[in-house]
Amino acid sequence: MSWEVVIGLEIHAQLTTKSKIFSGASTEYGAAPNSQACPIDIGMPGMLPVLNQAVIGKSIMLGLALDAEIGKRSVFDRKNYFYPDLPKGYQTSQFELPIVGQGKLEIELEDGTKKVIGVTRAHLEEDAGKSVHGLVPGQTGVDLNRSGTPLLEIVSDPDMSSAKEAVAYAKKMHELVQYLGICDGNMQEGSFRVDSNVSVRRKGEPLGTRAELKNINSFRFIEKAIEFEVERQIELLESGGKVVQETRLYDAETNTTRSMRTKEEANDYRYFPCPDLLPVVITEEDIKAVKDSMPELPEAKRQRFVSEFGLSEYDAVVLTGSRALAEFFETVVALTGSKDAKLCANWVTSGFAAALNRDGLPVEQAPVTAELLAGMIVRIMDNSISGKIAKQVFEAMWKGEGTADSIIEAKGLKQITDSGVIEALVDAVLGDNPSQVEAYKAGQTKMLGYFVGQVMQASGGQANPSQVNQILVAKLSD
Amino acid sequence: MHNLTIKQMSEKLQSGDITSVQLTQYYLDRISQYDPELNAYVTVTPELAIQMAEEADRRIATGKAELLTGIPVAHKDIFCTDGIKTSCSSKMLDNFIAPYDAHVVTQLKKIGMPILGKTNMDEFAMGSSSESSYYGPTKNPWDHKAVPGGSSGGAAAVIAAGLAPMATGTDTGGSIRQPASFCGITGIKPTYGVVSRFGIVAYASSFDQAGPMTRSAEDSAWMLNAMAGFDERDSTSLEREKTDYTAELERSLEGLKIGVPAEYFGEGLDASVEDVVKKAIAQMKDLGAEVVEVHLPNKDLAVPSYYVLAPAEASSNLSRFDGVRFGYRCEQAEDLNDLYRRSRSEGFGEEVKRRIMVGAYALSAGYYDAYYLKAQKLRRMVRDDFVHAFKQCDVIMGPVAPTSAFNIGEKADDQVSMYLSDLYTIPVNLAGLPALSVPAGFAQERPVGLHIVGPYFSEAKLLNIGHQFQQVTNWHKQMPKQYQ
Repeated sequence: MSWEVVIGLEIHAQLTTKSKIFSGASTEYGAAPNSQACPIDIGMPGMLPVLNQAVIGKSIMLGLALDAEIGKRSVFDRKNYFYPDLPKGYQTSQFELPIVGQGKLEIELEDGTKKVIGVTRAHLEEDAGKSVHGLVPGQTGVDLNRSGTPLLEIVSDPDMSSAKEAVAYAKKMHELVQYLGICDGNMQEGSFRVDSNVSVRRKGEPLGTRAELKNINSFRFIEKAIEFEVERQIELLESGGKVVQETRLYDAETNTTRSMRTKEEANDYRYFPCPDLLPVVITEEDIKAVKDSMPELPEAKRQRFVSEFGLSEYDAVVLTGSRALAEFFETVVALTGSKDAKLCANWVTSGFAAALNRDGLPVEQAPVTAELLAGMIVRIMDNSISGKIAKQVFEAMWKGEGTADSIIEAKGLKQITDSGVIEALVDAVLGDNPSQVEAYKAGQTKMLGYFVGQVMQASGGQANPSQVNQILVAKLSD
Repeated sequence: MHNLTIKQMSEKLQSGDITSVQLTQYYLDRISQYDPELNAYVTVTPELAIQMAEEADRRIATGKAELLTGIPVAHKDIFCTDGIKTSCSSKMLDNFIAPYDAHVVTQLKKIGMPILGKTNMDEFAMGSSSESSYYGPTKNPWDHKAVPGGSSGGAAAVIAAGLAPMATGTDTGGSIRQPASFCGITGIKPTYGVVSRFGIVAYASSFDQAGPMTRSAEDSAWMLNAMAGFDERDSTSLEREKTDYTAELERSLEGLKIGVPAEYFGEGLDASVEDVVKKAIAQMKDLGAEVVEVHLPNKDLAVPSYYVLAPAEASSNLSRFDGVRFGYRCEQAEDLNDLYRRSRSEGFGEEVKRRIMVGAYALSAGYYDAYYLKAQKLRRMVRDDFVHAFKQCDVIMGPVAPTSAFNIGEKADDQVSMYLSDLYTIPVNLAGLPALSVPAGFAQERPVGLHIVGPYFSEAKLLNIGHQFQQVTNWHKQMPKQYQ
């Protein structure tokens, strides 16, 4: 019997605003408990919400990037339930009229195939606080610093049919919100949270009962959790059991999921329009203003890198993997006079990106800035150093030893371009290898590489390789 | 002293005839004398009042005083006051001291109005008699057997008894106008959005509106000047040009078109109340107004609509009182649910619990369309009635309540009868319109008010009509004998 997997994702992206969605309190992460909760966030009597307008533009931006309908009139609703971390006894969210309507996102799988995933909607809401265990022994505390943090909940259609597709979608959305600058994407701090709705069905049958997997903070674990959950459901159904609609938690230690709460115990949220907030009205002019201020999207950038700079598809994909890396690359190209974008691309994707990966650093914290890297590439372009020497220079720059020029100077790495010096080196090598010279002259022209290597070695790698080549050929054909 | 108008009081303060400290002490003394019996104040703040009066006197001395500087005020116990208990007359908030002031409180503090204390009310403003207060009912100064109305019953009583020259009130379904009528004082509920709700403990957010409660329309105009205005902390506060509500007081009523809805004089209206109201309208004619008949055919839909929508909003607004962060917490909770259940069961009174249950029911899955959405539709129909009627008249006049003040305990076991006592005031809240209640006579020796409803933002016109009426009548000047 063959099974079909149906997955839909709910992603909570924390919007990058300085203050909360309905109050002026700071959204900074990691402050002392309750130090960033004002009377509005605490739900004190008589306190009223005032919408932080910054969230509107950011939501519209995502809507445009997803090719979605923008709600011309969207409404905040109250979702009523009791919980200690929910100070007002309701969460202000959007129910019937969300700010972003139906849209779509194209994903690419590892084998290169593409698939369009529907986005049902995205709506604005406030985050809750959190319960803190262990701070006071034997008691549970409540930290309301996070209460009122602006979230955009992005709900996908149930269009994904494998854990890999789900992760590809989540990663793509993660990349997109960071590109747009509307979310910092930090999964450890909870700025980007992915909940997966997973169900299985026999081919051709109606949708099965779903389980929701919550609070998984890495893509790797999302994939594992979904895979486990799919197997669990199939085994359950094949052994005659039934899937219960419930929320399940993933345990990375054991690579299993376990039940957190079943839907039967869940609340009737008694949604109704929040009378304290006016409907959000968005005009065509508002949308146009956002459109005009929107950064270039990854796909457009990728295409432009290929057409404008003549890069390979592969390089373009790597470079546009993050907005920061793409911007770094474009800065380097500009600083080097835009003469050899391919050379710049090679250095950014291999040397630079590899060093970042090795040290686990984000682009912004790299010890080699775009200015430093460009300074070095310019020296490759003007033949001051060879590519091989450049690797040494790069490593020295990474260690903070200075600019390319100062390193070349201090270490005496400048390329030898004096033909007299190179001729002397060539003569010495040829004199030391008479039998190989014989062989070359007898027709084994492949030996040229051997001679080049010997000369380069004798020069400490500093001789200009093309000059070495030229002089060798000339001398050997004498 | 307590028979002076606010303007006269102000003139005495400015001229140095009296000081604010003297004036404030005069009211504090009356409070000590009369309030133990009347029970109109939940909290009296003598030290604060005198301290604020001293500041006001210093300000008057520098010549930088405003008209209301130095005139004491009593706040309904629903307005949060920094450092003073704000109980909403509920056990739930008996221990609650807000670390902030309501916008209205801030405004009046800025002007330098000493705070005498906080007035009693129906618990969380849910009621029409002030009997549901945790601190016991307030008595009607005209007859201690009678209720003062509600929910702003304490505020109405302190004005009627001369225990404060001015008081703040809030009106969700008639809570300023009905007690004003029952106690023979003047009160205006402004257009929804004219006065900021910031810092007012919410009952039903889309209806709640604060307003002044005073002896005369002129006094209310001065006080509304101080209370009204845009506040960016309330998203439903309206950003409009500042209005001087005293500007039109002296205008003649010549040519004023008064609409009298036939539906307001039908079954249920006490005959002597009807008599008072009709006589008052006749007097308006003497002042140059003309009367036209108008129709508000959906009047009977208002009370049912209100008693779905207001409880629905209340059920959500009152969820924050959960025993976790502030307010009443039950002892020895076994677990989280026990903490919630018992804190709320023990902290809220019967009427509050009743409305929370009704509201939660109306919003619950499967009933939302039949109750909440339907009630919203009725709300629009009631509003449209007014919009239509105001095409034919400038203002609408009728009774504030179907009877004069009823006796304490009389309707305690009959909720529907209690709810119906607001049938003339509730439609105004559904529509968000401004409306005034002015004393117009007596029925069964208890005061009766005239209800004057106007189009949006017609407060200045309503106060003008009230003031002109009070130039030719003296109902607003009368006081119960024992308080004279």
